[in-house]
This record gives sequence, C-alpha cells and structure tokens, in this order.
Amino acid sequence: MGELKLMKGNEALAESAIRYGCDAYFGYPITPQSEVIEYLSEQNPYERTGMVVLQAESELAAINMVYAAGAAGKRVMTSSSSPGVCLKQEGIAYIAGAEVPCVYADVVRGGPGLGTIQPSQADYFQAVKGGGNGDYKNIVLAPASVQEMADFVALGFDLAFKYRMAVCILSDGAIGQMMEKVVLPEQKPRMTEEEIKAKYPWALTGRKRGTQHRIITSLDLDSNKMEEHNRHLQAKYKMVEENEVRYEEINCEDADYVFVAYGSSARIAQKSVQLGREQGLKLGLLRPITLFPYPTKAIENLINHGVKGFLSVELSCGQMIEDVKLACNGRVKAEHFGRVGGIIHTPEEVLEAMKKQIIGE
Amino acid sequence: MTEEIIIAGFGGQGVLSMGKILAYSGIMEGKEVSWMPSYGPEMRGGTANVTVIVSDERVCSPILNAFDTAVILNQQSLDKFESKVKPGGYLLYDPNGITKKPTRTDIHIHTIEGAQLASDMGNSKVFNMIILGAFLKLRPIILDKNVEEGLRHSLPERAHKLIPLNMQAVQVGKDNVK
Repeated sequence: MGELKLMKGNEALAESAIRYGCDAYFGYPITPQSEVIEYLSEQNPYERTGMVVLQAESELAAINMVYAAGAAGKRVMTSSSSPGVCLKQEGIAYIAGAEVPCVYADVVRGGPGLGTIQPSQADYFQAVKGGGNGDYKNIVLAPASVQEMADFVALGFDLAFKYRMAVCILSDGAIGQMMEKVVLPEQKPRMTEEEIKAKYPWALTGRKRGTQHRIITSLDLDSNKMEEHNRHLQAKYKMVEENEVRYEEINCEDADYVFVAYGSSARIAQKSVQLGREQGLKLGLLRPITLFPYPTKAIENLINHGVKGFLSVELSCGQMIEDVKLACNGRVKAEHFGRVGGIIHTPEEVLEAMKKQIIGE
Repeated sequence: MTEEIIIAGFGGQGVLSMGKILAYSGIMEGKEVSWMPSYGPEMRGGTANVTVIVSDERVCSPILNAFDTAVILNQQSLDKFESKVKPGGYLLYDPNGITKKPTRTDIHIHTIEGAQLASDMGNSKVFNMIILGAFLKLRPIILDKNVEEGLRHSLPERAHKLIPLNMQAVQVGKDNVK
C-alpha cells in the first residue's frame, strides 16, 4: 500500500501528478484550484523527478504549452477553474483536432462569467458537450473524493495516451478544497526520450536525416481529407463509448427511485439515500464516473429492473439531466434538482426534491 | 460511530487547524474522516468554519445542515449554528465575547474558558488545543495517543518540539470544561 495522508483534493491531484511521472505542468492560478500550482511549486518537482512546473503568463499560453509538450509525446497537464477553462477552449479544440494526449483538471466554480469562487457543477455542458469548435469529445472523469482526485491523474494519462485525446478531470470547489484520507501511489520514473520514441511513433521527437518528418496539426484545407479525419475521430469516440464507461451504483439493487449525481453532488445524494431509507423509501444512487462516455446503458438497465424514476442532482440549473432523459427515452420520469451560484444543496433538500418531484404524494 | 462536527469562530483563532488536527487524529484512530472548510472572502477577518466528520464508515456528504456537535468560538457563529445542532447533540462554546447565550433546552450545552486558560498558560496560541481537549472530554471519540500522532502528522517537523505543550493544553481543556 502507498502512503496514507490527509490532503486537499487539489494537493492530491498535484502530488499524484509528480508520482505518476508527469513531465510537465503549465498553469495559471485561479480560485478554487490555486493549491495545485502552489503545491507543485513548493514541492520542487524538478528536483524530485525532473518534472517542469511553469506558471504561464495566461491560461492561453498554458494550454498552448500543453499542446506543444503533448505533441512531443510528453505527459503534460494543466488545471484551472471555470473562467480560466473558458480561455483554454481554443487550445483544447486544437488538441482534439490534432489528437494530442493531455490531462486537464477543471475545479469548477459558479458562473456565468467570473461568477463566484464557490463550488458549482454548471460547466457540464462545456466539458462534456465541447466548449470549443468542431465535432469533438474529451474523455471526462468526475472525481467524488480526494482519493479519486489522486487516482484519476494516472487513469487520465493512461486513457489520454491510449486514445490520443484530452482527458478532463471535472472536479468542483468542494472536492478541490476538502481534505480527506488519501493513499498516494508509489513514485514512478518519468519516461525517457528513448521510451517515448519507441512507444509513440506519432510524437514529434526530432527528425533525423533519412527519416520522414511528422506533422501534428488540426488544419487541413483539403475537404476530403478533413471529412476522413472527422470520420476517424468519430470512430475513435465510439470505441471510447464502448470500452471506457465507468460508474458506481449505491443501494440500487432493490431501489424504486434513483438519484443520478456525480462529484460532490453524488456525496450529498448518498446521504439523501441514507436518510430516505431510514424513512422506508427504497432509494438508490447512480454515480457516473465518466461523463463522456456516459453510463446510458446503466440507466436503461435500472429501468429494466423496475426503477420508476430518476432525479438528476447537480449544482447547476439542469445540464446532466439532458443525458439522463436521453437514456430514459420517455420510459420513466426524470427531473432535475440543484442549487446554484455557489450554494450547495443539503442532503435533506435533495431528499425532499425526490419526494416532491419524482415520487409524488 | 459517526460524529459530525462544526467548528466555527473568527479567522485566526485556529479553527481550521484545530479541525485538521482532529481529522488527522481520527485517521490515526483508524477512522474515516472529512474536513470541509468555508473558503473565500468570508475568511478575511470574518468568520471561519470547518465541518469535520469522523466515522467508522466511508463518509458520504462532507457538507451538512445538522451536526452532532457544534464548537463555537464567537457570537456570529453561535447565532448561525445553535439551531443546527441535532436534538440530543452537544454545543460547546467559549463564553469570552458571548453576549447572547444559547437558549435551547433539547441539547447538551457546555462552556470552556479557552481564551482565559490559554492566557493563564502563558501562550495564546494553544487556545485551539484547549478547545479540542474540552471537545474530546465531552465526545471521547479519539484516544490521547492518537491526538499526539495527529499532531505529529499535521505539524511541520520544526514545530514538533511544541507537541508536549499542545498535549498539556488538551489536558487543560479536558479538566476545565463545564
């Protein structure tokens, strides 16, 4: 077993990046995720593993540094919070088009615009449906604990390199700021130049006389080629949908009604399940761990096993509910409940919403 | 066993660090823990509070609306959290600076003269450890040796020489809670 510590989610993310053998982090501070770059700076990762940590002059610079380092086959990550992630969307779309692997964390705060610094989950659409231009997807992982903030760095990089795409760790202010027990992974060595050259034949590792040059770009002015490229991307996303769905079911075996919630809302809804069961209500929780690909089949299965209704609980005005409704396809009732603007719903009000909106009198 | 605690007071009183020491001590006791602070502008000179949960089971919601125990260190926090203690729960407060005393009759109410006792000990910085001691007397969920281990893990190495003083403060808190 690795080392047991009490850490903030943001710190756990940073420490496990160093331990994974991440090559570089480029970022720009913003509440509520500034602890990531603070922790990295304090830890001197360059001395520990040779990992480069750089505070860029802006979010735009940071994401384009990620684009470049990823194109060289390096394990590179960035992190920010909502308004900062907006600024990164152009780069993220380029990264998707150019098929560059990378990991970025979004510790979401309330919006729109500068909004508030308190927790929110109102960036689901941006992360899952694509905040940049074009037909693209990112794999989106939703940690619901400090342990998962640590674990999803390794999972994120593994998936990013397996599919050559960006992986988003979609967290929120609560998960980023809270402290919990975390088991940290063992330190892994960074990959050497030779290993990168051997493993990633697409990576820009320097052309030698007699070798073919490689191009990483999102641009192709030949429409036939661009259509073919888009088809290729879609086929890749379909493979991701078939192979990488992850979710957790809590108390769903005998449930009549089920909450669907991710991240901090899942933690709160789990308490609502407890409170509801104390009152004799058979409630369960479906916690999507991947938001793309979405656990659509898990919802279909629950309906097949007799679940009569779903309440999507999010710190938003209703975003993930669209995917829940698509999965339900009109077969059972599905509604949204959520507080916004940095206010966090309590387990009691989530339970009340389930009773009022889904179960009925 | 699940103990859901809110610790609330002014920024600078050691509210967050007391919560951190309590959480680390819980880990040393083999428990599951969570530590959820209020963060943001309300910390600058205003009130600070932290929700700590210590449990035998995996902690579900780190954010709560009702608490087993409230540890209250100023009037604003008393006004805000008195009503959020579960019936039969505990409210521990330092009467220093409290002008409107708690009025509920369905909870256990206790006081600890933390500020006074810290000044008697000649070190105002042990204030929060006195409060922690008082809390642990009322809710003995963690053994002293695990509190000492918790301190060792949450304090930087250079402060380890202060652990005996801190443990002494915990004892002072235990002896003087009313």
